[in-house]
Formats: sequence, C-alpha cells, structure tokens
Amino acid sequence: MTNGIIWKLIIVVGVLVVTLTIAGGLIWVERRLLALWQDRYGPNRVGPFGLLQVLADMVKVMTKEDWLPPFADKAVFIIAPAIIVLTVLAAFAVIPFAPGVEVVELNISLLFFLAMSSLGVYSVAFAGWASDSKYSLLGGLRAAAQMLSYEVFMGLSLMGVVMMAGSFNLVKIVETQREMWYCIPQCIGFVVFLIAGVAETRRLPFDLPEAESELVAGFHSEYSGMKFGMFFVGEYLGITLVSALTVTLFFGGWLGPVLPPLVWFTIKTFIMIAFFVLLRASLPRPRYDQLMAYGWKVLLPFSLLNIVVTGGILLAAAN
Amino acid sequence: MFSILRTLWAVFLHAFRKRVTVLYPEVKPHIPPRWRGRIILSRDPDGEERCVACYLCAVACPVDCISLQAAEDEYGRRYPEFFRINFSRCIFCGFCEEACPTYAIQLTTDFEMGEYVRQNLVYEKEHLLISGEGKYPGYNFYRAAGLSIKGKGKGEALNEEPPVDVKDLMP
Repeated sequence: MTNGIIWKLIIVVGVLVVTLTIAGGLIWVERRLLALWQDRYGPNRVGPFGLLQVLADMVKVMTKEDWLPPFADKAVFIIAPAIIVLTVLAAFAVIPFAPGVEVVELNISLLFFLAMSSLGVYSVAFAGWASDSKYSLLGGLRAAAQMLSYEVFMGLSLMGVVMMAGSFNLVKIVETQREMWYCIPQCIGFVVFLIAGVAETRRLPFDLPEAESELVAGFHSEYSGMKFGMFFVGEYLGITLVSALTVTLFFGGWLGPVLPPLVWFTIKTFIMIAFFVLLRASLPRPRYDQLMAYGWKVLLPFSLLNIVVTGGILLAAAN
Repeated sequence: MFSILRTLWAVFLHAFRKRVTVLYPEVKPHIPPRWRGRIILSRDPDGEERCVACYLCAVACPVDCISLQAAEDEYGRRYPEFFRINFSRCIFCGFCEEACPTYAIQLTTDFEMGEYVRQNLVYEKEHLLISGEGKYPGYNFYRAAGLSIKGKGKGEALNEEPPVDVKDLMP
C-alpha cells in the first residue's frame, strides 16, 4: 500500500517537474524552430546551442517589476494567471504517458480533460476584465467567445473516437489503437480536434485574444513580471497538453515498436509540438468574424457529420 | 484549405535551406577595401608625419568631431601639436579624407571600435598615428611642394624647375 502511494507521489512530482521543464524549454524550442523555418539561427549564444537562454529568460522575468495597476480589480487580477496554469496542470493528471505512468486513471478522463480546458476560459476572461483597460477587455471578450465556441467542436470531434473505443478512459482508447491509429478512420475528427486545439490554446493562427497588431497584447496587456510569465507558461503547457492528447487519441499514445513506451510518447508529442510551431510560422491570423463563421459554419457541421457517419457504420458493423 | 496545406509544406521546406544569418564574431563579413571605417593618420616614406595641420579636415567635418592645433618646427615644417577625433560623434562620411591635401588622414576597413566607456572613444594623436603609409604609398608632400625645408632647397622638389632670378635679363 505504502509502495503504491510512494509510486504515485513519484509520478505526480515527475509529471509536474517534467511538464513545467518542457513548458520552459518550449520557449527555446519554439524560437529555434521558428528561426529554422525562417532561415535564421535563433538564440544560439547562451550556453550550448543557446539552451541556457531559458534560464536567462527566467531570471529576467523573475527580476522584473511586478506591477499591479492601481485601476485593476486586484484579487481577480492576481488569481487569473494562476487559474490557467492550475487547470492545464490538472488536465495533465489524466494523460497516460505509458502503461502505469499516469497520475490517476479515471474512467471519464476525456471528460475531465474537456472540463479542465473549459475552465481555462475563466483565466483569460478574468484577466481581460480585471485589467480594466480597453485592449484587455477586448482580448478577454474575444478569448471567451473563441474558446467557448471551439470548445463545442472539440468535444463533438472526440465523440467519434469515444464511440470507436467504447470508452471515455484514455488508457482504453490507447489500447484499442493497437490495430490502427484513430487518425485514419477518424480523420475528420482529427482535423477538427487539431483546429479546435489550436484555438483552445490561443496559438497562432488563432491568437486573436492577444493579437499584437490590433490589441497590444490582448488580455495580458497590463501584466508584467512573473504574472505575465505565468500566462506564458500556461500557454506552453497548453500546447504540450493538446499535443499529448492528440497523440493519445489519434496517434496511438505510447504504442510503437522496439523503443520503450515513454520514448514513443515523447517523440510523438514533440512532433505534434513542432507542428504547432510550424502552424505559427506559416499561417496568417484570420479576422474575428471569419474565425467565428469558420467555427460554426464549417467545423460544427463537419463534426456532427463525423458523429453520424461513425455511429451509423458502428451500428451497421454491430448488426 | 489546399492553399493552407501548400503554405505549410512550403514553410516546412525552408528547414533544408541554407540559413542567411552570418554568425558575426566567428565569421567575418567581407569588407571592401574602400570601406570607411576607423580613421588613421599616416606617415610619409621617410617616417615623418604627413599631416601639415591645415585644418581642412576639421572644416570639412560635418559633425565637428576633429580638433587639432597647428605647430611648426625649427625648419618651418608644420605638424599638429595635438590631433583629436571624437569617434562618438564621427559619422564616418570620409569627407576628411577627401579634404586632406597630403593623404595624411585616411579611413580604414576596421570597424570594431566598441567601448564600454564613452570617453574611450576620443582618440588622441598617438592612437591615430600609424607607422606606415596607408593607402597611398610613396607620396611625400614636402618632396612635391615648392617650399624649402630641411634637406631640400628651392627648385629641388619633384617636377620643379630651378628657381628663376627675376632681376636677371638673361634667358
């Protein structure tokens, strides 16, 4: 019994340390990858390959002035950046990294993830509201609308996977992908989930809540120092989370030949993260109404169609 | 949709392109020989200062970064008592080099002049003066000028006729 508890504690601490380290390291990874795709080098001076850039950035952000705007709603202003990190970290609890390596095995783990990523909306909405400035409010409004509407398709696009696996349990979903990864039979669901995932993490090209060219920095215009850093950590954690979940749901999670499961999971997740960066490097930002129209007029019908077709085929196969 | 995928692919292919960044301190860029960089004062082939302290460079300088004081030695040869260039003002336009009648002041290809203290950018004559002739070897102003000076009388300069006695009627 105590052995079990100690094992769980090790996993909890391990997941926490690894995800936070990855979130920090992603700053460097993203800058180097963006540079690669723009024929530059990116940060390569501080330490080997510029790896210590992360450390330098952290020291910088920690020692910056942590300014509280006098016009802000203080309590909400302070709690907003914490919410996003908390919700994303909580969602990591249900990700199965390898057989037996997960914090909790819930039989509704997919629902738990959806719930946690929905709670993330509070962070940006609060931040935009509490800052009490025009640009922040506009950013917060956009974030709330965008995340709420893309939440719908995100959930709906996953229903096909849930139907095929017959479970909300992520471990079961991975196990049922031994024959074929779900990205092939569920290709529509996969594409819709990917787009919704990018929108959920407010990454380019769906970074309308913080669109620099229009809204200064959107919902975190008024933030500085480590509070701003928390938003950044939250964003990178979000990328990692969505990548990990895409791998789990559509690319067979830890399944793979020769290499140990954890290594397979890491490789696949990293490829997904690199794809996120590639999206940022190549695509322009849509207009706000285009974003909304695209969501409700294209993605929603497609995800509904996907559910109907998948359900029909499964029913026909069962008979 | 297709254009989005094509864009993604095109950007991805950039991963295999040559990077355009020049990693400067390790890889030095090519500097053309007529580059306008750090200013020097050169010497003539005899090892004397070329500068005759005519002030033309200081006049030509659009930002007034050159200051000097003329002096004369016992043979009548002019030289700058001090010669000071404030490189924190200098815009490296090269007007001083164009104005110089004796090829003394020259701009070189060196541009790495970073300093932590602003005062260190003020160069005195001992910092500016080099031991060589710079870009124009073999030229000696006092050998070409008609002025009589130590070791060279009237009419002994290059391409100079002996002096004419204007009071003599003989051809």
